[in-house]
Amino acid sequence: MSGRSRLGAQVVAVAVVAALLGLLAWKLAQGESEVTSKLSHGGTPPAPAWTLDRLDGKGQLAIDSLRGKTVVLNFWASWCGPCRDEMPLLQQGSKRWQGKNIVFVGINAKDVRGDARKFLARYSVTYPNVYDGKGSTIGRYGVTGFPETYFIDKTGKVRYRIAGPVRDAADIDGGIERALAPA
Amino acid sequence: MRPLLVAALALALAGTAAASELKPTSAELESELVCPVCETTLDTSDAPAAQRIKAYIRARIAAGDTKSEITSKLVDQFGPTVLAVPPRKGFDWIAWLLPLGGLAAGAVAVGALAWRWSRRRGDDRPPLDELTLDPELERRLDAELARFE
Repeated sequence: MSGRSRLGAQVVAVAVVAALLGLLAWKLAQGESEVTSKLSHGGTPPAPAWTLDRLDGKGQLAIDSLRGKTVVLNFWASWCGPCRDEMPLLQQGSKRWQGKNIVFVGINAKDVRGDARKFLARYSVTYPNVYDGKGSTIGRYGVTGFPETYFIDKTGKVRYRIAGPVRDAADIDGGIERALAPA
Repeated sequence: MRPLLVAALALALAGTAAASELKPTSAELESELVCPVCETTLDTSDAPAAQRIKAYIRARIAAGDTKSEITSKLVDQFGPTVLAVPPRKGFDWIAWLLPLGGLAAGAVAVGALAWRWSRRRGDDRPPLDELTLDPELERRLDAELARFE
């Protein structure tokens, strides 16, 4: 092999290795959620934006449209047992905080749409729920399992997170109070 | 005779594919679709999400949906990652072609190296007209040959 073609082969090999390393770094960066990382260090990261179809069929809902309100954002799936346990608590919470500039929103993820609708009907859920079957929001929020609940202040910053089900009304009220507290 | 056999085989395979499309079984769909939570095929997963999707598949089969209709409905809900193998269209072709391209490139590289190696070994040998014997050996060889004459 001539010196020139050997140099060319070496350049190609180095480029391939660099591309693979870049791909690895990108994948690792994708896996790490900025939200959970900042929250665990006492930060208040901005809530990642999303626009998703509403499960009640009334068009779409964007989280940006809720700016100026405190948002209780609950991730759930109909096949998740703990989600069944906490759903009545969330529905009661939405009623308890109604008219106080607090909005409850559910994100149904990685679920069959029909099952999600039946689930909402079974638990008489009246607050808005959106459908994210592909789970596009999961990684960005750092959701590690279902259910998880995020408390977002009126400026759009995540202030608190409950990983796992809310156990009682005090869990919900405590999260809302943290989101309402001055930054 | 042989063309007839080939035609019969092709017809039989086409018939099987058509039957699979029109009347899919839950087993074949479960082996071709991935649970979006555990990321293994449905037939190897007992996760609650997989159970729900299996129930959905059974319900759609009972409702008379074709295989592609069921697959399409699931892709619509969960995205293309629900498919165990990428579809043969658009950008996804790269997943099918890249391994074949890699194999072809490897075969070409190995072939080229083998060819170069064999040529180099051939070149290393001196031309026949340049072959000379040691004078002493040549003398002994002539003496031996003379004994048989």
